[in-house]
Amino acid sequence: MPTTPSPPESRSAVRSLLRLWPYVRPVRARLSTAAFIAIVASCIGLVIPLVLKWMVDGPIADRDPAGVWLGALYLLLLGLAEAALFGFRRWLVARPLSHVEAEMRADLYRHLQRLPVAFHDRWPSGQLLSRATTDLMLLRMFLAFPLTFLLVNGVTILVGVIIMLIQDWTLGLVILVPAVPVLITCVVFEKRYSGAARRAQDQVGDLTTVVEESVLGIRIIKGFGRHRSQARAFRELSGKLRGTELHKARLLATILGVIVTLPELAIGAALVLGAVQVADGSLSAGTLVAFLSTALALRWPVDSIGFLLAMSQEAATATERYFEVMDAQPESGPADAAAPRGAERRTGPPAGAGSTEGLRFENVSFRYPDAPEGSTPVLRRIDLHIRPGESLALVGATGSGKTTLTALVPRLHEVTEGRITLGGTDIAEMSREELRSRVAVAFEEPTLFSASVGENVLMGGGAGEEDLGRALAVAQADFAHALPRGVDTQVGEQGLSLSGGQRQRLALARAVVGRPDFLVLDDPLSALDVHTEAAVEAALRRVLADTTALIVAHRPSTVLLADRVALLSGGRITAVGTHHELLRTSPEYAHLMSGAPAGEEEDQR
Amino acid sequence: MTAATTAPVRDEDDDREPASGDPFDQDRLPTPPGATGTLLRSLLAPLRGRVAVTALLLLLQQAAVQAGPLLVAYAIDRAVPAFRGDDNGPLIAVAVGYLLCATAAGALQYAFVGASARVSQDVLLDLRGRIFRHAQELSVDFHERYTSGRLISRSTTDVESLRELLEEGLQELVMVVLSAVYISVLLLWLDLGLGAGAVASFVPLYLLVRSYRRRAGRVYRKRSTAIAAVIVKFVETMNGIRPVRAFRREAVNDADFAVLNRRHERTNGDALLEMARYVVGSRITANTTVALVVLWGAYRVADGSLELGVLAAAVLYLRRLYDPIDRLGMFLNSAQSAAASLEKIAGLLAQTPSVPEPSAPRELPGRRAGLPGRDVVFDDVRFAYRSGGEVLPRFDLTLPAGQTVAVVGSTGAGKSTLAKLLARFYDPSDGRVLLDGVDLRELTGGDLRREVVMVTQEAFLFSGTVAENIAIGRPDATREEIEQAAKEIGAHDFIAALPDGYDTDVRKRGGRISAGQRQLVAFARALLADPAVLILDEATSSLDIPGERAVQRAMATVLKGRTAVVIAHRLSTVEIADRVLVMEHGRIVEDGSPAELVDRTGRFADLHRAWRDSLA
Repeated sequence: MPTTPSPPESRSAVRSLLRLWPYVRPVRARLSTAAFIAIVASCIGLVIPLVLKWMVDGPIADRDPAGVWLGALYLLLLGLAEAALFGFRRWLVARPLSHVEAEMRADLYRHLQRLPVAFHDRWPSGQLLSRATTDLMLLRMFLAFPLTFLLVNGVTILVGVIIMLIQDWTLGLVILVPAVPVLITCVVFEKRYSGAARRAQDQVGDLTTVVEESVLGIRIIKGFGRHRSQARAFRELSGKLRGTELHKARLLATILGVIVTLPELAIGAALVLGAVQVADGSLSAGTLVAFLSTALALRWPVDSIGFLLAMSQEAATATERYFEVMDAQPESGPADAAAPRGAERRTGPPAGAGSTEGLRFENVSFRYPDAPEGSTPVLRRIDLHIRPGESLALVGATGSGKTTLTALVPRLHEVTEGRITLGGTDIAEMSREELRSRVAVAFEEPTLFSASVGENVLMGGGAGEEDLGRALAVAQADFAHALPRGVDTQVGEQGLSLSGGQRQRLALARAVVGRPDFLVLDDPLSALDVHTEAAVEAALRRVLADTTALIVAHRPSTVLLADRVALLSGGRITAVGTHHELLRTSPEYAHLMSGAPAGEEEDQR
Repeated sequence: MTAATTAPVRDEDDDREPASGDPFDQDRLPTPPGATGTLLRSLLAPLRGRVAVTALLLLLQQAAVQAGPLLVAYAIDRAVPAFRGDDNGPLIAVAVGYLLCATAAGALQYAFVGASARVSQDVLLDLRGRIFRHAQELSVDFHERYTSGRLISRSTTDVESLRELLEEGLQELVMVVLSAVYISVLLLWLDLGLGAGAVASFVPLYLLVRSYRRRAGRVYRKRSTAIAAVIVKFVETMNGIRPVRAFRREAVNDADFAVLNRRHERTNGDALLEMARYVVGSRITANTTVALVVLWGAYRVADGSLELGVLAAAVLYLRRLYDPIDRLGMFLNSAQSAAASLEKIAGLLAQTPSVPEPSAPRELPGRRAGLPGRDVVFDDVRFAYRSGGEVLPRFDLTLPAGQTVAVVGSTGAGKSTLAKLLARFYDPSDGRVLLDGVDLRELTGGDLRREVVMVTQEAFLFSGTVAENIAIGRPDATREEIEQAAKEIGAHDFIAALPDGYDTDVRKRGGRISAGQRQLVAFARALLADPAVLILDEATSSLDIPGERAVQRAMATVLKGRTAVVIAHRLSTVEIADRVLVMEHGRIVEDGSPAELVDRTGRFADLHRAWRDSLA
């Protein structure tokens, strides 16, 4: 079952939340204005009872109609002001906070697009998605409510307590007694709560991953009738999530229980003490009522602290989860990548003048960056030279590292040792932008994006109808013209679903449309039927005549597209030559191409 | 996958055809009227008892909380005079009463939070499970139309908004209603006139709430569509990160994403502004009512028809009455977004699988001894999409048990559709597909999947270990059986070479598995499932020739006697077949043994010659 890729670092909630500052900075003026307005509005709320008291003691007692009208007018104005201020606060923050959320999401998306492919191999997209949605919504809510109201309620409580202390300081002190135990409870339980909150969020991510896989792998699940076991796995995970949520609820219940009980007990004590004082005559009944109504008015601000803190805690873990991804290093620039390998480069074989053209692998070794130190590299000391205009087929057994090798050319992965040159320039010294504009790739798994057919193809470069038509013709993808809206038909997630063969041909068209200098094709014809394959080969042969190309091939027919063949075996290039040469000289190659057991071939010779 | 080359037609386009050219308007599956309410009721029905207990806890808790002011009044009116008269009984009663109320309020609060969490978590568990199971039951053609991103957002963000409602909103609502009722009764009891005035203010408040509901409902639906669009784009990018990189799509994607993201930002802002408008409106109503009641009360005090103390108390209570109004808004807030989400979920759940389970299932006869395969008959079968595009015109086809049949033909000839009919991913438009004489539609899903297994070109791996992935074929298989299957298919060597062998997590360090290797795992899965009928839909496309040979050998030995349908582009695969079908435009144009067809002058002979040449 999926687990979170990296363990959470323990960090205090406040320190986590402080990292939001760069995003909050642009809206700080509005946010603090809004908080200030909320405080003013709350204080108006506290003034209204005072006006009432003034009316009761003054005009009403004196039966003064004009005074009554005036008092009611004051009340109305204060009420309208309060309403307007509360509305104004919300109006102030509505757009900016949505903007903060959107900015953070855009940054996350931008960052993820630039993180190394190895990062994506490691992180299930469900975990990334839950960060981009649920976590960011939590953060927006945190900025909208807990952040403001922790401040507003804090000030309200402070003002209320001061009012109470002024009215009667002994009773005021009684009211303050529970503050310490309440604070201690909050601190202790918030810590545990934050652990549970983090666990719950991670479990939501895992659940998302299962949902995603069950949707993406639906044909397998259906094909084997495994929806029950899949449902069981889902039930198990969602049961776990339920357990965590209930644990969270128990912690929250404890906090709320304490927050409700202790202040109420203090109010009770104050009431009894106050009543005794009133009986003694040392306190007026009016003051006691005023005191208690102030205390009661502070109930909501105090009660709400529990859930405000809980929300803040969840926001803190959401922030951590967000920055876990944002802290990952994006693909380094050309300069960064070049520096540490500078020394090694000089130890490589000196490039002979005139032969630096084309695509050259010099002593290239590769090990996945997350592989254990000292493990056998996937590719070892590869030396390979594809001359300008030449096409080279790469042949090797399943899992020999062919796809990995092709991924090194557009720098989807970085070589561990050695270097790759393109037209004589080390690719590590080119910007990725430039490198990838010169190298076009057709992947084994042809992914189309939610866009029109034409847009999907023209992603590979080129411009306009003419290039598009030519590329579609080369890839034998003329079916595109017969789609409901021709080349403007939407495909991908949001559009028409195409067959594997159709997608593969569009992916091929995308690779050739920009007339790239260098072409990397990873088993580009695997999903095509024999007829189409023959037609594509014929057209492709013309393209390959003047393009430097590296073609991963499983079939003799694909190999025959290339001028020469290199055999990759156990991470090393073991033979290079023409198809017919290798058929004769390399038993392994003959085995791969004809399926005849390697031993047999040897016997025949 | 739509297999038609010339004009692949999407079935049932009507509800998805983008009216405004905006693809996200397609998000709406028609939700039958009343489906949302029915769903909600059916979720809560099994929990009726616990909902009642939870409500009772809240009722008592509110009673304990609201007792405070009454005790204050009692202390001042009764206990103080009594204490002056040296009777400290009432004061002790107040002290004890307050102690009890405070403790009860705290304990009840504790119990209530726990109980309500259990209720809401059970509802969520139930709902999550239902969406998941339902999505799994819906047929493949549904999944081909309703993209993964949308399905994912149904079971994530939409469930999430319901969670918010259950955890925060519902409790708020009950508390608001309870205190409103309590205080209204108290006010009416204090003074009928003033109380009636306060209650009258509920009318404009109700109107306000209603208009907010309507306006916000629209905004929330838009917002939920907007976030679904964001999710779709996000998932698509992350799953296609390699081509994104290789074709330098980052900047273009940033721009596209920004458009979707901004639309969500805008609708989000709209929703918050609706809320602000509501808060202003309700506060104005509340505060105006307070001012009017005070004015009227003051006049009545002046003419002596109202006591001063009653007015003061009424006004204080009035303020408490309107206090939770903002919270009512918050509730409406989460209720709106939850309702919008629930509507979408209900729409999804209302989709009936187009490949339903039989109401009266039939049993298959036992497998024949020595011949584990089964007869397959396509009886007068025709297949067309519901919108009319015919893929397979009427045909009859009999595949005797034990026969290995290769189906060849160009892309879009209908090969995959044939396979999908046999695997019952689709049902035929006319006619029947029979397995040992039993219509596939009369078999339970479990029986069918034990007998018929399909391996496709896309070999998806689930997170988990390699062994777990193979065991999908037969979950109760032992480790020996799993390894045996892997050995027979030729996958053992590469699996053993992985860092943790069969226990290597396919998503973890070093667990990288190539496309060809994934296809081998898929085969091991199929082998382990031990079906009577095996369908291979271009399942060897990423294998090299030795890999393909190993698969063929395994089929010849391990699956000997099974009925097999092999769809292949490669003629190498065809060599092991007993029989070859050549398809073109949905019709079977050639049918015979490979040797026969090679000798004839048909398409197969041409293909075969071309293939032979490529090997030379």
